[in-house]
Amino acid sequence: MTDEVEVTVTVNGRTRQSRVEPRRLLVDYLRHDLGLTGAHIGCEQGVCGACTVLLDGRTARSCLHFAVTVDGSDIRTVEDLADLDELHPIQEMFHQKHALQCGFCTPGFLLTAVELLERTADPDEATIREALMNNVCRCTGYANIVDAVAEAAVELRRGHGA
Amino acid sequence: MKPAPFSFVAPESLGEVVRTLAEHGDDAQILAGGQSLVPLMNLRLARPEVVVSINRCHELDYIRLADDRLVIGALVRQIDAETSPLVQAECPLLAKALPHVGLPATRNRGTVCGSLAHCDPLAELPAVALALEAEVVLTNVAGERRVPAHDFFVAEMTTCIEPGEVVSAVTFARQDPGERSAVGEVSNGGHVFPVGGVALRWASSDGICTMARIAAFGVGSVAQRLGDAERALVGSDVGPAAIAAAVAAARSEVDPTGDIHADADYRRHLVGVLLERGLLEGSVHD
Repeated sequence: MTDEVEVTVTVNGRTRQSRVEPRRLLVDYLRHDLGLTGAHIGCEQGVCGACTVLLDGRTARSCLHFAVTVDGSDIRTVEDLADLDELHPIQEMFHQKHALQCGFCTPGFLLTAVELLERTADPDEATIREALMNNVCRCTGYANIVDAVAEAAVELRRGHGA
Repeated sequence: MKPAPFSFVAPESLGEVVRTLAEHGDDAQILAGGQSLVPLMNLRLARPEVVVSINRCHELDYIRLADDRLVIGALVRQIDAETSPLVQAECPLLAKALPHVGLPATRNRGTVCGSLAHCDPLAELPAVALALEAEVVLTNVAGERRVPAHDFFVAEMTTCIEPGEVVSAVTFARQDPGERSAVGEVSNGGHVFPVGGVALRWASSDGICTMARIAAFGVGSVAQRLGDAERALVGSDVGPAAIAAAVAAARSEVDPTGDIHADADYRRHLVGVLLERGLLEGSVHD
């Protein structure tokens, strides 16, 4: 009854096909089956956002999905952002603005910022803070993350990268 | 923690879903967006034998008008209802409430019907369903029944859904163009769950209130319609005296409990504050 199920997903542009147990969480599938360890496991109950990925273009908690329920979906993880040794403009701004300390939450914040800036090219601070409610950071106090996202928006509007 | 093992079925039609439920009875659990169910499974507070995903039932992904009601299918994600021009035009109260539900990332996957079926006492949508006189459509192999919201919500995490039934849709009363509505809630430091809140709508004609629907959440084991507060408003001018009467009525008809987030007296006080604020600030459209 709990037999493995075949799952086909596109992860960072590449089609991946696997057989997984139904209870395999998407985050464990990414980390253990595909070796993509950028999505971090924090709370495992949807609160912290460290496991955030883009699921069909929208942020999603990868700890709150089973791999079997996202069969056929398109998934982007933090590994898809940088282009070889050139950081994505949002990553570059996180670096410049000191928007991380320990870095555990950072992949989730980056993907939340990607979703926001793909939808809203020129967000005000309130909009940025609303979007960042998706994610918990215990180091920075958020101010530098908000600054980084605002500056990244400016960079992206100038047409740098992405 | 990781979920306990389960078997997984992902039917592609409502008919197949209810046949699967009939086969497995109490052992089966519907999975829609999973934003409430999967945390419970991760914590092993829920251990279904069979998970029946409706995520392939595209026939349940619709928002439309039928029989003068707004109908939302079981696969409609909260974000899609929130941004739907039809929802914004016909049920502005629902459109105003949705941005308060969970977080952006959970609204991307969580469904409107799933939140109702989950019946969390702190959830906004059950209260909105009461205020919009919703009917929940429950389907099984024999057919469907329509349950008014006030009968659907039974207690904390408990609805009248019987084994073999699935929430296939929910219907809401359309709001009249002149109606005003508001949603107010308070949460601790932007926490996902509020400590309490209200959802309300009302209409006036020649300055006199002709209809009021008020519901509260977080102040009892289940969302609650505040009938005494409504009666204090209908026939009034919704002026300071009427608002004060409605606030007093609301505070006396709720019976909240205290917890680490807020004590009972605070919650009782809060219902009145949020009701007053809603009545003063409620708008036709946001």
